[in-house]
Amino acid sequence: MSKYRICPDTGLYFDRSGEGLMKANAVAGAVALLVGGILALLVGLTRWPAIHYLGASDFYMVLTAHGINALIFWLIFFEIAILYFASSTLLRCRLATPRWAWAGFALMLIGAVMTNVAIFQGNSSVMMTSYAPMEAAPHFYLGMILFAVGALIGCFVFLGTLVIAKEEKTYHGSIPLVTFGALTACIIAVFTIASGAIILIPSFLWSVGLIGQIDALMYRVIWWGMGHSSQQLNVAAQVSVWYAVAAIVFGAKPMSEKVSRTAFLLYIFFLQLASAHHILADPGVSSTWKIFNTSYAMYLAVLASMIHGLTVPGSMEVAQRKKGFTNGLFEWLRKAPWGNPVFSGIFLSIITFGFLGGITGVVMGTEQINLIIHNTFYVPGHFHATVVLGTTLTFMALTYFLIPVLFRREIIMPGLAKWQPYLFAGGMTILAIFMMGAGTLGVPRRHWDVGFAQAAEMGLKFEFPGSAEMMLGLVGIGSVIAVIGGALYLVITVGSLLFGKKLEESAGLMQSFGFATLAPSCYTSEKIEPVKGPAADLEEHGSAGFEAPGTFILAMLLLVTFVVYYFINWKYLSSVWPMG
Amino acid sequence: MSAILPPSELIWWKTPIGKEEIIWIVLALTWCMIMFAMMPIWHIYGKQNLSNEAYKTTPVQYEAKVTAMVEQHTIRTQSVGGVNVPVVAPPAGSDVYMLGRLWSWYPMLEFKKGESYRLHLSSLDWQHGFSLQPININLQVVPEYEMVITITPDTSGEFTIVCNEYCGILHHTMLGKIYVTE
Repeated sequence: MSKYRICPDTGLYFDRSGEGLMKANAVAGAVALLVGGILALLVGLTRWPAIHYLGASDFYMVLTAHGINALIFWLIFFEIAILYFASSTLLRCRLATPRWAWAGFALMLIGAVMTNVAIFQGNSSVMMTSYAPMEAAPHFYLGMILFAVGALIGCFVFLGTLVIAKEEKTYHGSIPLVTFGALTACIIAVFTIASGAIILIPSFLWSVGLIGQIDALMYRVIWWGMGHSSQQLNVAAQVSVWYAVAAIVFGAKPMSEKVSRTAFLLYIFFLQLASAHHILADPGVSSTWKIFNTSYAMYLAVLASMIHGLTVPGSMEVAQRKKGFTNGLFEWLRKAPWGNPVFSGIFLSIITFGFLGGITGVVMGTEQINLIIHNTFYVPGHFHATVVLGTTLTFMALTYFLIPVLFRREIIMPGLAKWQPYLFAGGMTILAIFMMGAGTLGVPRRHWDVGFAQAAEMGLKFEFPGSAEMMLGLVGIGSVIAVIGGALYLVITVGSLLFGKKLEESAGLMQSFGFATLAPSCYTSEKIEPVKGPAADLEEHGSAGFEAPGTFILAMLLLVTFVVYYFINWKYLSSVWPMG
Repeated sequence: MSAILPPSELIWWKTPIGKEEIIWIVLALTWCMIMFAMMPIWHIYGKQNLSNEAYKTTPVQYEAKVTAMVEQHTIRTQSVGGVNVPVVAPPAGSDVYMLGRLWSWYPMLEFKKGESYRLHLSSLDWQHGFSLQPININLQVVPEYEMVITITPDTSGEFTIVCNEYCGILHHTMLGKIYVTE
């Protein structure tokens, strides 16, 4: 029997060899976030026209590194930690092959460092997408490949743990919804990494001269099989964490296991098709292909996200109403624990992901509307709303829960921690909205000089409207606020690992970073009861009226906003030059 | 704490679904179908679509086509950084070739308002982004692929092509021009 401990505060199970891996992956993710965040500030200050901080070549290098660290390394390290948590901890099962898991972690770490070295040597300022035939240094690709192989090992450790849990009957009935969501993320991750291998391995061979040529369009189609799917993996992981936090903070029960699980299943079937979003303005791909794929086969994955958008806050509402917050439509929400960063981070994430990230993503992923948005500043505006307000903010909120439970340290500066999600979400919301605003005016993404001063010297003049410059200034301000919010997160969490009050005497420094386990007395190998679901409710669904009327109203508000904004964009499209 | 625990009912797939969930699923699915239908509908009734016409090409072949058009239809030149760039006014309805390369769009074009042109786009080297401003039409320009769109300028004036696909160190200087006369 393997050793484990039961968290005295939450009753959660931690496998002795699994918990170090969760910590190490989460901490490595935080380091990548630190790097990505510092670079974010430099990017933000450069695109702020009044400051225009970096020179052109530094800007392109820093932007490449910002994207890769913040969008790939931070999130995937953290997601591996979530996979281990959702399998080993939630199923009360030992983690499969911890040595392989450490090997995977080492590969990810080596890969992440290698790619960063390649970028900062200056010869690989190719942006995150590294579109062929623009070439990066060989170790840029090699680092990405090693990172992906390491992540793949992590996925198989997760799957192996599910197999062991089933075999050793460590749980009763079906796996929890959160584990099911993590399984969804894992399946998407395997698809993502396979696409990555198909395109990055030839790119590496090409960069060292073993392959003559990479077709630019093929590169785009397959690269996005990785690039977009890795964002879908973020969505699946983030929605799982939403359900987990609803359970942790409110004791919420999914409104319907069937509905929520079916929605995850739709993700598995349809989400990856959306790599087509990036190919909509390309030559050589037919409209039929574009329409089918960009719409996830008739928007079935959008349907899934809209379902989660109702059921996650809906489950919170039901739980709150049971506690007696039944006045009016929104007492349950007004009296929610807004001072608890675990809750506030998640709720801000749900709202901003839906209203800002989700709606704009579907709109710009419409075949024809993409013509007025492709490669403009609107695109990063959209994905800062999905990936940063959605995933990063969710992971930040979860960290506040993990520090006492997993790391056994008390959060330092709880007063500041209360404000951190608001500050970060506020800054990022400003940034995302005005990026999209500037993009609507045509301002390009990945561009050092939208004032075109250098082009003007050569005799080519062009200026965007004054409102674009104002919006770029607001993007700069938003980025500074968000970076302060992000820095606060790192100060509080890393500070807690270093200086937070120990909740377990043996929770020392080495232990905080996953290099050592707690004192042997914390662990036991006694036989443990299989984890079981709570007793079924006596009162059943659908008896009289709505269970979550407040959430339903919020959902209707989302739908109305969605419809209005969608048709506004068709109207805008109809005003540009006819083409066909 | 239930989403992180196994479902309370062993046979969870037989439990009934709440009212708001069913209504929401029906509404959301309906909206999804409307959005899906909008794209083919716009292909039939809308005026802004991609033609789907594209050919494999090579930089040498494509440059030869551009050069042939420039030789035939240049009406004046415009100095850019000391180099005279031709401004080409091809006849209405004809095939018009523009290329992107590090770091310029070549040549400049002059169209007549209300006339249609078959605009061909390709790149001689890396990928570029054809971003027509301030109209805001954005297309991906991929080397070895020649895209053809039939475009009908319905406003006159001076228009700028900004490169909006990152293409290296002088990406931000890559501008082109299209003039539209009454």
